[in-house]
Amino acid sequence: MATTSESTEPADAAKADAAAWRMSLSVGLSVAAYGLSFGALSVAAGLDVWQTSVLSLLMFSGGSQFAVIGVLAGGGLAAAPSAIAASTLLGARNTLYAIRMSAIIGPGFWRRVAAGHLTIDESTAVSTAQPTLRSQRIGFWATGLVIFIGWNLTTLLGAVLGDLLGDVRQYGLDAAAAAAFLGLLWPRLTALQPVVVAIGAAVVATALTPALAPGLPILAAAAVAVIVGVFNWFGKRA
Amino acid sequence: MNLWTVILLAAIAVLALKLAGYLVPQSLIEKPGPSRVLTLLTVALLAALIAVQTLASGSTILVDARLPAVLLAGVLFALRVPFIVVLIAAAATAALLRLFGLAA
Repeated sequence: MATTSESTEPADAAKADAAAWRMSLSVGLSVAAYGLSFGALSVAAGLDVWQTSVLSLLMFSGGSQFAVIGVLAGGGLAAAPSAIAASTLLGARNTLYAIRMSAIIGPGFWRRVAAGHLTIDESTAVSTAQPTLRSQRIGFWATGLVIFIGWNLTTLLGAVLGDLLGDVRQYGLDAAAAAAFLGLLWPRLTALQPVVVAIGAAVVATALTPALAPGLPILAAAAVAVIVGVFNWFGKRA
Repeated sequence: MNLWTVILLAAIAVLALKLAGYLVPQSLIEKPGPSRVLTLLTVALLAALIAVQTLASGSTILVDARLPAVLLAGVLFALRVPFIVVLIAAAATAALLRLFGLAA
């Protein structure tokens, strides 16, 4: 009995490890390509190549980075407080991921700091999809590192290319920025509740645009999520 | 506030939120309420950014080449076309509409 379980378990574990590596690489490489568009759009929004690269190195969270440049592109430096608030609120979901990853990552101060920096949608998703603790750790670190390296290299490349383009409207880059947000939103529209919140938030932001300073309509739309979430309207009964 | 200040403040805030998750007790996430609000918050902010990025020009609402480009992007995402291809298609749509003077 004992010998059979010992002979099958390592094989299963090795299979799980290999599957975690494969998933990490495929997710990591496809996501890294987003960096190209971020770099180009960031330069189009008025940031220089260095500022764009610092965002990818230090902030390292796609949604929040797109939010900073999106709000600045619309409202300039006058919208700076809204740009910071919008990116911070979008980054709040990473706290949830970090709480979820905490037990998987294990102890050690520097290991947890490094894990914190790599805690994003994709590293958490790949990790929590694995069956064993070891493959969950492989999934997290491999996905996080592949995306970190790829995201920063492609950001730099995109920023340099964007710098050469000049007039961004002529190339439709303003429309591409909106499409980028749509691409980040799309996988989250998996149930009625998020769809209702998305439509409500879009309507609120559009309706308030003529009334409020640029950036503020986006923050006001966040109230839709708080109200629907607190009362659990349109949600499943838990 | 200059551009560097904005970038550093925003980056540090986002990084601090990630690190905070490794410090707070696990019991916080067990409650469905806060977790649901945070998940919906992401959806609301992204949707608001799409709306503003597509329709706003400063403080006015302006329907121009961006709208058909974003609608096309929605169709392509629904067809599971890769992210970067959709972005190029959206940019090309707006660029061509402007080139031929069909939209502002």
